Amino acid sequence: MDNLLLMLAPLFSSKLLLVLFFGTLFGLILGVLPGLGPTTGGALILPFTMTLDPLSAIVLLTSIYCAGTYGGAITAVLINTPGTPAAAATCLDGYPLAQKGEAGRALGMATVSSTVGGIFSVVILVFFAPILAQLAYEFGQPEYFALAIFGLTMLASIGEGSPIKNLIAGAFGILISTVGKDFMTSIDRFTFGINELTEGIGFIPVVVGLFAMSEMLTQSTLINQIFNRIALKAIKLPSKDDYKKTWKTILRSSGIGSFIGVLPAEGGTVASLIGYSEAKRFSKNPEEFGKGSIEGIAGAEAANNAATGGAMVPTLALGIPGSATTAVILTGLIIHGVRPGPDLFREQPDFLYGIFGAMLIANILFFIFGFFGAKIFARITLVPNKILWPMIFAVSVCGTYSLNQSIIDVWIMLFFGVLGFFMRRYGFSVVPVIIGLILGELVEGTLRQSLVIFDGNWLMFFTRPIALTFFILSLIALAFPLIRSRKFKKNNDKV
Amino acid sequence: MKNVQNQKRANKSLPFFFRDEFRVSLVIILISVALLITTFTFDIVPPILNRGIQPATFPKALLVLIIVMTMLIYYLATKNPWKVEKKLPRSFFLTLSSFVIFVVVSKTLDFFLAISALSIFVSYCWGEKRLFYLLLVGIIFPIIVFIFFETILGLRFPPGIITNIYYN
Repeated sequence: MDNLLLMLAPLFSSKLLLVLFFGTLFGLILGVLPGLGPTTGGALILPFTMTLDPLSAIVLLTSIYCAGTYGGAITAVLINTPGTPAAAATCLDGYPLAQKGEAGRALGMATVSSTVGGIFSVVILVFFAPILAQLAYEFGQPEYFALAIFGLTMLASIGEGSPIKNLIAGAFGILISTVGKDFMTSIDRFTFGINELTEGIGFIPVVVGLFAMSEMLTQSTLINQIFNRIALKAIKLPSKDDYKKTWKTILRSSGIGSFIGVLPAEGGTVASLIGYSEAKRFSKNPEEFGKGSIEGIAGAEAANNAATGGAMVPTLALGIPGSATTAVILTGLIIHGVRPGPDLFREQPDFLYGIFGAMLIANILFFIFGFFGAKIFARITLVPNKILWPMIFAVSVCGTYSLNQSIIDVWIMLFFGVLGFFMRRYGFSVVPVIIGLILGELVEGTLRQSLVIFDGNWLMFFTRPIALTFFILSLIALAFPLIRSRKFKKNNDKV
Repeated sequence: MKNVQNQKRANKSLPFFFRDEFRVSLVIILISVALLITTFTFDIVPPILNRGIQPATFPKALLVLIIVMTMLIYYLATKNPWKVEKKLPRSFFLTLSSFVIFVVVSKTLDFFLAISALSIFVSYCWGEKRLFYLLLVGIIFPIIVFIFFETILGLRFPPGIITNIYYN
């Protein structure tokens, strides 16, 4: 009961309500704009959150996360371009349905299923995050090391990229975290005599560079791209018949999305693809998929929004990001001095339940904004890139500079922008770099402290049951993409 | 799908040193080796003070891991070549060079001027020829951003020819 009251706290704070309102609106705009999305948008707004108290800052980031994930569907349906990667599966049926003159019906289903998926996942978050945090009380340094390794090996299976490339990117992220003074001995590492590097490379220049600046370079290669936007009269709530057809799909995808979200490093993109394919597998009319199936839209959208709450579970309970955007949220927590993990649940329940409540309200708010404002949001896609991106550049530069008032940070941001562009061009995802950077200190710190405890005996790691379980799960995570690609090949051969 | 296969076939017909997988792998390995050599210059903690591993051991292990995995992706790419990426357009190189211009101008002349110059340059290179919009992205918007950061975040921008006028 107390926790429920804590969850409702944002409703009684005019400041938090305002932050929620702004965050949801901003998240929707970011979600609608292809190339931006909640991850890049969250990275851009991170420096601004320094003016807010920790709860308002995280509420702002989480509301952007929830609304941005939904916003991607508007662009997916109307211009056949996913506003966010998580909305890629929505294009498959959303756009064909819009082409048939039913854009309102497609967006109505996307809005309802996103809201249901989002709310479902918040319920999962409220129940499972404290349980997971409780389990984490049993963890010592070796267990945290094994857990971080598990989180990193999960990088192998994110997205559609090569698992080995993802692992290289993750290892590179950890390597970046070693720049600066060694935390145990204060010995300089990779500083190359540059004073500014002794404090290490900050999260914000890397995050803004890899997401916003690399995207700006990507957009520079697409300046002649023309979008055909389908006109939207108004959003239509799903009919009784549509509800009958899709309620099972929405619930199933909400469950799938929440589960995928809980897995470290996975996120809305993987969730929506699995939600979509499961919707097709269980459908009575699988032949309609890809031609404007309402179940396809429901399956993808419920799953990607359900992944938002799911991804917050490991982020808050263990400090292991569940997705790219939660990696940005975790960065927000760290720069505000909040250490996620079991102690957070014991010491600051008001903070945590405030976030849970805010996520719940954000899901309701984006339903209202989406339902009444989709037509306006769709018009945002008309803002030309030649105007939009120079503006984003100005905000990125000032935002990055603002944190330490260091011009070196701005140059680091530009360096990572160029690096991120080439990484993406050659099939290396940038998300593992961020996750590696965030987990780097945890991995090295727990490894070295464990070795002190074990007197340098590596084999002792395998005598701890929880650590051993995580190592076994890590092996499974590494083997999973291999099994998946073999199965895919086998299926293709059959076809 | 067919397009990707064609691009892969086109890649296979190139000599190995022109293939992306070779060049990318080579760059990663060269950088990793250079960094690996750097780790040998890190100070060593005397055994009496050392607890656990040396500060250089962890980065060394990571770099070796990166090198091994890079060799593995190259080996796999010899069997299943990467697709040939399209040539980068002129607008990309202009945007990239604007980053360099930004660094030079922000270091030598002025931070605000650097943002303003880059915004106008990028907008123009991307096809914006209308003066009002160039002024909007290059002057009006950066001024708004500057004032916002200055007043709300209490930020002081680095000195330069324009910021000095503003602060004086």
